[in-house]
Amino acid sequence: MSEKVLMKGNEAIAEAAIRAGCLHYFGYPITPQTELAAYMAKRMPKIEGGVFLQAESEIAAINMVYGVSATGKRVMTSSSSPGVSLKQEGISYIAGSDLPALIVNVQRGGPGLGGIQPSQSDYFQATKGGGHGDYHLIVLTPASVQEMADLTGLAFELADKYRMPAMLLADGTMGQMMEPVELPETKPELIDKPWALTGTGMKREHNIVNSLYLVPEQLEKTNLERYERYKLVEENEVRYESFMMDDADVCVVAFGIAARVSKNAVVEARKQGIKAGLIRPITVWPFPKKALAKAAETCKAFVSVELSMGQMIEDINLAIKCSKPVSLCNRVGGMIPSPEEVLESIKKAAGGNE
Amino acid sequence: MTTQILIAGFGGQGVLFAGKFLAYKGLLEDKQLSWLPSYGPEMRGGTANCSVIISDEPVGSPIVSKPDVLVVMNLPSLDKYENDVVPGGKIFVDSTLIERKVERTDVDVYYIPATQLAIDIGAPTLANMIMTGKVIKETGVVSYDGIEQTLTKIISARKANLKDINFKALETGYNA
Repeated sequence: MSEKVLMKGNEAIAEAAIRAGCLHYFGYPITPQTELAAYMAKRMPKIEGGVFLQAESEIAAINMVYGVSATGKRVMTSSSSPGVSLKQEGISYIAGSDLPALIVNVQRGGPGLGGIQPSQSDYFQATKGGGHGDYHLIVLTPASVQEMADLTGLAFELADKYRMPAMLLADGTMGQMMEPVELPETKPELIDKPWALTGTGMKREHNIVNSLYLVPEQLEKTNLERYERYKLVEENEVRYESFMMDDADVCVVAFGIAARVSKNAVVEARKQGIKAGLIRPITVWPFPKKALAKAAETCKAFVSVELSMGQMIEDINLAIKCSKPVSLCNRVGGMIPSPEEVLESIKKAAGGNE
Repeated sequence: MTTQILIAGFGGQGVLFAGKFLAYKGLLEDKQLSWLPSYGPEMRGGTANCSVIISDEPVGSPIVSKPDVLVVMNLPSLDKYENDVVPGGKIFVDSTLIERKVERTDVDVYYIPATQLAIDIGAPTLANMIMTGKVIKETGVVSYDGIEQTLTKIISARKANLKDINFKALETGYNA
């Protein structure tokens, strides 16, 4: 077991990525994610084969990711909300070419240039596509610095396994805060990538990486095949944490920093005799639909705690087929709900249905 | 036990570093902890603060809105956060820079002329560590033993020459 160190969330992602065998980083600085790029700038040149490149723009960076990914190497980029919007075209191309890659979004308030304080208002963009066309990303939502590290490694694994881009959907708080973290060992398990463009050596047919299919029958086929893989992801890769849910009447649903605040509120609610619990999605795509549907069998009400105007709440309603009331407890623009605000929402949800 | 600490002052006074020191000390004592800085358009002369939570249990929200311990190194910070401190909490005031007294009567208040003491020991930029020494003494949130090892851990090799003076500042605060 390695020693625990104190690190910022942004730095933990960077170190974990390097340890996962990601030797190629392309990015462009933006608050509140810049420490990640800065860490890469410092470390990559000291690693054999390591590449750090500050691109001329976010668009350039994501296309560099596209290129390296086609060669089968682990590769990533990171940014914050406005920068991730710029990357959407490239992400769609990467998804359309069935390539793995890691995109990190340390979210800040929007829309537009917005602010620089934490937010979760890119949920729709992350989970519903973001760019054009039918596609998904595997979207992981860390709620601690330890998870910033652990989910980075997992994101690379899953992206390779299913040949699709993965996103780490964090927020400014997660990026900036320091917590003790135990970094993973440097033994990435890399799988074969027979599709990669590594040179034929005159011994095999050319591999082609492409997202252009002018024959509709062919394009339909690639889409259908891709969605078969997505089905596997939905079956096998759902992750969530369940906290005090055994006898819960009120189910709070929250991820990332909102889940941290909500946990405090749930503990306080229990002290006051309210049976509250928390389901914390760790993957928001695939979304833990079954866990929520199961909770809906016994819970009276749900509370979605979000740093957005109410985005995940739609997935909650879909998962439980609107069978129970779902209320929203939210702050936006860089504000974070306090445990007291969440507790108030829990109380309302508990009382409103009796 | 969980102690929620808020350290606030001007950018450049080392409030983030003071928090980092406490966090590292907690880490070396195998405690659970979180450190969260204010970030953004802060700069030297602007306001800066950091939230530090040190606990025997896993830390929930890393945001400190009702501190048990408030450390203030300028007047705007005292004005802003005085009323947030929990009843029975502790407020540490750099009395060289803050002339007014704390108005609350339901908290323990410690006035430390930290900036003056820092000048006296020849380390005018280390009022933050003097305040930290006093916090350790009066709260026991982390132990005073082993503060040298913590400094070794936290101060980069490039700045190793600053270790002794940081130690001296902590000691001065502890005995103030």
